This record gives sequence, structure tokens and C-alpha cells, in this order.
Amino acid sequence: MPIIEAKGLARTFTSRKRTVHAVRGVDLTVEPGEIVGFLGPNGAGKTTTLRMLTTLLQPTAGTAIVAGADLRRNPLEVRRRIGYVPQAIGQTMGGTDPECLVSEELLDQAALYRIPKADAAARAEVLIRQLDLGGLDKRLVKTLSGGQRRRLEIALGLVHEPPLVFLDEPTTGLDPQSRSNLWEHIRGLRADLGTTVFLTTHYLDEADALCDRVFIIDNGVTVASGTPDELKRQVSGDVVTLAVNGAADKARDLLARQPIVGDVAISDDGGLRLNVVNGAEALPSLLRVLDDAGITLHSINLSRPTLDDVFLTMTGRSLRDDSPSAGPAPQPGPAQPEPQSAGKE
Amino acid sequence: MSFIHDTLVVFRREMRLSLRNPAWVVIVLVQPVLYLVLFGPLLTKLPAGTLGGSVSPNSPAGTAEAYRFFVPGLLIQLGLFGSMFVGFAIISDWRGGVIERFRVTPVSRLAVMSGRVLRDTLVLVVQAVVLVLVGIGFGLRAPVSAVFISLGFIVLVAVGLASVSYATALTVKSEDAFAPMLNSVIVPLVLLSGILLPMTLAPGWLQGVARVSPFRYIIDAMREAFEGHYANTIMLEGVLVALGVAVVCLFLGSRVFVRENA
Repeated sequence: MPIIEAKGLARTFTSRKRTVHAVRGVDLTVEPGEIVGFLGPNGAGKTTTLRMLTTLLQPTAGTAIVAGADLRRNPLEVRRRIGYVPQAIGQTMGGTDPECLVSEELLDQAALYRIPKADAAARAEVLIRQLDLGGLDKRLVKTLSGGQRRRLEIALGLVHEPPLVFLDEPTTGLDPQSRSNLWEHIRGLRADLGTTVFLTTHYLDEADALCDRVFIIDNGVTVASGTPDELKRQVSGDVVTLAVNGAADKARDLLARQPIVGDVAISDDGGLRLNVVNGAEALPSLLRVLDDAGITLHSINLSRPTLDDVFLTMTGRSLRDDSPSAGPAPQPGPAQPEPQSAGKE
Repeated sequence: MSFIHDTLVVFRREMRLSLRNPAWVVIVLVQPVLYLVLFGPLLTKLPAGTLGGSVSPNSPAGTAEAYRFFVPGLLIQLGLFGSMFVGFAIISDWRGGVIERFRVTPVSRLAVMSGRVLRDTLVLVVQAVVLVLVGIGFGLRAPVSAVFISLGFIVLVAVGLASVSYATALTVKSEDAFAPMLNSVIVPLVLLSGILLPMTLAPGWLQGVARVSPFRYIIDAMREAFEGHYANTIMLEGVLVALGVAVVCLFLGSRVFVRENA
């Protein structure tokens, strides 16, 4: 049974007689134990959806079962079963009080879940160890570093050992080291406790590195979902760039005849650029074809589309642009993957 | 009961945070004394009978009468200022995501308010006791039961006003908007309630206008108690108005806190 199942979740806001459809229809299915990313540009409806799923906002339409409880009929039960870590930037901060001690925050949070005092102390101790907060329990929250504070906020969301935790922009505003450190902790949640993690993010590399599955939301509607790899494959396949010693034309004709190869073009510097469905599987046969024809290779590069390319294809704009007008016009066809922007493969 | 448990959890947290701030503790204790020291001496110089209350022609003029008039007024003023300004703190809590964090837990959403109101009320009672004790030092003479009746009024006023203050602050969510709102409410209330000078000195039209301030009735009732009169219509009016203020304000405040999107 899925741990989150949302159908047609929608929310409209009315102010000064103008109706804004912040979320028009979000469908989500998340299985227990998954780490799922929720991607979308600012204003796409990410936070509104998250606020609905965490009972902070009532949906105006649609249904959802969250952690086994009906979101609309039994929000209190949902609250008992989920953890929530608010975003630490923007309109509201991450939810810790700068004048509290770390241990007080953990114990207060446990009291909010009506956990008995002795259990709460034991639980706090475990969390302090798990999230690398050792030695900080008697420190004021305001004296913590950004990464430490964020880990405390995550610990607060886990005090009652929820099967499902929502992280709103967990690493936004952190330095690169703290980010990758936090990724380890998020992976650890699933590995050690089997916790299902639902996170929103701006960062494509975060979704790529961390998430089993990604939902893309745009304009209040989920426009795509799948593993990062599946989504990238949907775009236009991979790009293989070859540099051959001379005989570029011959190589192009030869490769164009291969059924697995899409477009082949010769770039300005004399290299070959081809689109293939699955680059990793195609490479050996491509190499064999060239080898059989006696063409020697100078270099070879396989690059796969990034989630940004996926995003561009699905929504017509880049995730990096905050304002819709800054992005390119919607493109009907698949976008061309940029080899240089996909160095991680 | 879970609501009481939740209220106490919030209360303990807020009380701990308040006590952690030494400046706050000093201000809480010194504030009532300041009012007494800086304004009380002006009133003791007034001729007997000016301040209403015990208008028996042969009562001794001066100090005792002045403080029987002035201490109830100060108690209400303390209540007005002490509880109407509490909302500021919840704006920063909201901005810090603390309110949201609480609202995602199974804790009673009303307890987010009631725990704070409980803290504010307790603080106010402590301040009131300090004020009365210092007042006795200055020459206040009043029946003990009057002091307890006054504390009862203070509690009702504090519960009501603090609730409304939190609810208003959480609705406007901006200190810049909240501060002028408070000023525009508090100043007329203080002036029209006869806190500093008796409204009997006012011309007829002003006395009429003053009838709209609920605190007018409460102060009159407290002054009656300080004069040793407990069973009359002034007292009844005061009690009813105080209860009304508390109930209506609590109702309005709770609505903001329990509604789904605050």
C-alpha cells in the first residue's frame, strides 16, 4: 500500500475577488521506503502541495491518504504519523527558537507528541548521535552553525519516529560541504530506519543524487514522474561525441546507418555528435562498427541529459530561472541535451 | 486532558524562554513600581474628595485616598499594556517557523495560544502583587478581599486581551502594522477609562463617550472594592463587563488559532 496517495489535490486562494489556482491537480503515489523529490520552479505549487499534505492547508479539491490516514477526514491522525521539517529560508524559518537549548527543543518537540519524559530523553540522545549533534545539547540554538541547525531541525521532525518525513528544501542555503553531509543523513534515514522521505528541492543535482523518484510540478499540475534516469531518457536520449582521426564523413555515414543511432552531425571542430537512446548500451556496438571500418578514435564522450533538460522539455523553462518570462519559449519537441552541462556522467 | 497537557507544554516552554532573559525579568518587576513612583505623588496633593470614591466629607484627605484611587487604575493599565503587547512575540515566532512547526504536530492548536496566555496572565498577576505591595509601602490602605477581587479582574482582562493580541498579531504578521494598530487602540482606552484621573472630572459629553470603554466599568468596580463596597450595581456591572471581555476576546482569539490556515 502506498504511503502517500494523492489524487487531484487542488487549492485555490481568493483574495480581493481574484481567484488564484495555486495547485490545480496533483497526483502522487509514493511507496514506503522511497526517497522522493518534488521539483518545480518558484510558484509552481510545490510548497502549497507540501502544506496540504502536512495538514497546514486544507485542499479545496481532491483526496489524499497520507501514512494510512485520510488527509481531509482525519488530519490529526496524519499529524501523528508524519514528520515535517519546514524550509529554513523565505517567509518562515526552520522552526527552531534561537534562545532555546538544543536539548530543550528536542524534549519540547517530544512533549508535543505526548511522548513520556523518560522515552523522550532516550530518543533525544539517539537523535543527537544520529545527526552528529554530539556535545551540542546544552548549546543555545543561535550558536549553532547553519548545518548544525538544519540537522537539529531534521532531528525535530524525527522525534516521534514517523514512517514518513517531509523535508521542505532541506539543503537550501547551506554550503556545499554541509549539503553533501546532509544528503548522507537523509540516505541514512532510509537505510537505518526505513523512513520514507518526501522532499522538495530547487537543486537538480540534489534530486539526481538523492531521490529514487522525482515528481515534476509546473503551474500547479504534476507534469512528469519517474526515476531520474527514466525522466532523462524520455527527453531525447543520450549524446555521444566522437573525435575521429580524419574520415569524419565516412564515419558519419557509417554511424547513420546504425538503427540505434538517431541524428548524426559533424560539429564545428570536426567531431561527430550523435543522439542515441541509451548511450551506455550503444557505445560498444558503435565502437565495433568504427573499428571494423578501420577508423581510429581520438576521443569519445558520452553525456546524458540532466534533469534540467527534462525540466526544460516538460515545462518550457529552465528550473534555474525563477521568473517564467526569463526562460525560453515553450518548445514542442525534445530539447537538445547540452554535453558540457552534464559532466557527472 | 490533552488540551491541558498541551497548554502546560507551551506554557513551560514560553515561561522558560521569558525567564532566560534577565532584562525581561527586571522590567517586569520594576515597571509597576515606576508607575507608582512617577505618578502617585501628583495625586496625593489633590484636595480630598477630588478623586471620587469615598466622598464622605470627613474622610482624611491625601495619601490613602489617592492610592485607593490610583492603584486600581494602575492595575488595569498594567493589564492593558502588559497583555496587548504580547502579540509582538508571536510574530517573530511565526517568522521563525515555530508556529508552523507546532501546527504540524498533534498538539492542540488552541494550546499554542492558551499556553502563552497562561504565561502572560501569571506574569501579570505577579506584577499586580508587586504593585500592591509597593503601594502599601507608599501608604495604600485597602481590604485584603479588594486585592483578591482586583486580581480576579486582572486575570479576566489579561486572558481576553492577550488572546486578542496574539490573534491580531498572527493575522497581520507584521510588526510595522501591529504597532500603530495597538497605539490607536490603547491610547483612547487609557484616556477614556479614567485610569489616571477620575472620569467624574470630565464634561458630560466626554463621560458619555467614556461609557464605551469596557475598562471604565472594570476600574470603577475595582475602586468600589478598594473602598470596601462589594455588593452594588457598580460591582455587578464590572464583573459582567470583565467576563464579557474575556469570553468575547477568547472566542475571537481561538477562532484565529484553530482555523485551518493561520
